[in-house]
Amino acid sequence: MALLDYLIGQRKKKSANVAKDRLQILLAHERSERNTPDYLPKMREEILAVIAKYVDIDQDKLQISVDEADGFEVLELNLVLPESH
Amino acid sequence: MSRVVVVTSGKGGVGKTTTSASFSTGLALKGYKVAVIDFDVGLRNLDLIMGCERRVVYDFVNVVQGEASLQQALIKDKRVPNLYILAASQTRDKDALTLEGVEKVIEDLKEAGFDYIICDSPAGIEKGAQLALYFADEALIVTNPEVSSVRDSDRILGILQAKSKRAERGDEPIVEHLVLTRYNPARVETGEMLSVEDVIDLLNVKLLGAIPESEDVLNASNAGSPVVLDENSAAAQAYNDVVDRFLGEEVEHRFLTVEKKGLFKKLFGK
Repeated sequence: MALLDYLIGQRKKKSANVAKDRLQILLAHERSERNTPDYLPKMREEILAVIAKYVDIDQDKLQISVDEADGFEVLELNLVLPESH
Repeated sequence: MSRVVVVTSGKGGVGKTTTSASFSTGLALKGYKVAVIDFDVGLRNLDLIMGCERRVVYDFVNVVQGEASLQQALIKDKRVPNLYILAASQTRDKDALTLEGVEKVIEDLKEAGFDYIICDSPAGIEKGAQLALYFADEALIVTNPEVSSVRDSDRILGILQAKSKRAERGDEPIVEHLVLTRYNPARVETGEMLSVEDVIDLLNVKLLGAIPESEDVLNASNAGSPVVLDENSAAAQAYNDVVDRFLGEEVEHRFLTVEKKGLFKKLFGK
């Protein structure tokens, strides 16, 4: 039986490893969010409102992030416009 | 020179108060003058864990509000010399504490010659927890080897690094120490529990010590005596190691692996 358990155990991933993998992804995500300025969600909303005045857009299609590159803080806006008819 | 040490975790029920009680008692046993403050206003429990619940006359909030002097409110421990407890208020709400009030108490304790001021933080990341960590020089991050505790510890680390006095002033950052509690080496070996290495890896904090899961902790709470005083207990030895390492001694980590029982112990031991 012990041998059988051992073989089954080999196939199934240990729960501690699952926990570690999940935490690694989660913490990386939460740490990146931690450094974003407080005004970001509100600014995102306002930018969306302005764009929506001119273009019919999907609210979820606007991605906004603050990154650091070469010592500069970069505000990145990414929006996919709908196909024009 | 006095050092302010916050015992914090984010998550509740992981062993902050147990750790505060044993850590402060351990430091006092080494001959240091120690004050331990309960910041959990409205839900005080440090007094109960340290067995002085019937001697609380004035509390932390009374001192902050100027209704009692610090000397009146400090409760002298009956077992260990040089150890004093400042209980939280049980009746006020948590807004009774102010940054200026807390600062004044900490400054007064420093002036009174305390070597270590231990701040037992409430759970959460609200005002009480932020006040407990604001003036800290060092922090004990109490964590269980369990997903939600690790996540919350990471959150509190972020707050230590951004919202403490040291962070705001751009001083040397707070020294962070990991205290892993309720550690069960047997379950780690079968792959059912995050290992010390896993948690260190995830949180990126230096390990001060792992405290093995132990029945003695509940027994100690029941009796109102910090577990560190129960000399035969593995948890007590682990807490003693934590104190020694905190004071700069090189002590090898123990209780990280399953104790191999000899035949004699298997037959006659518990």
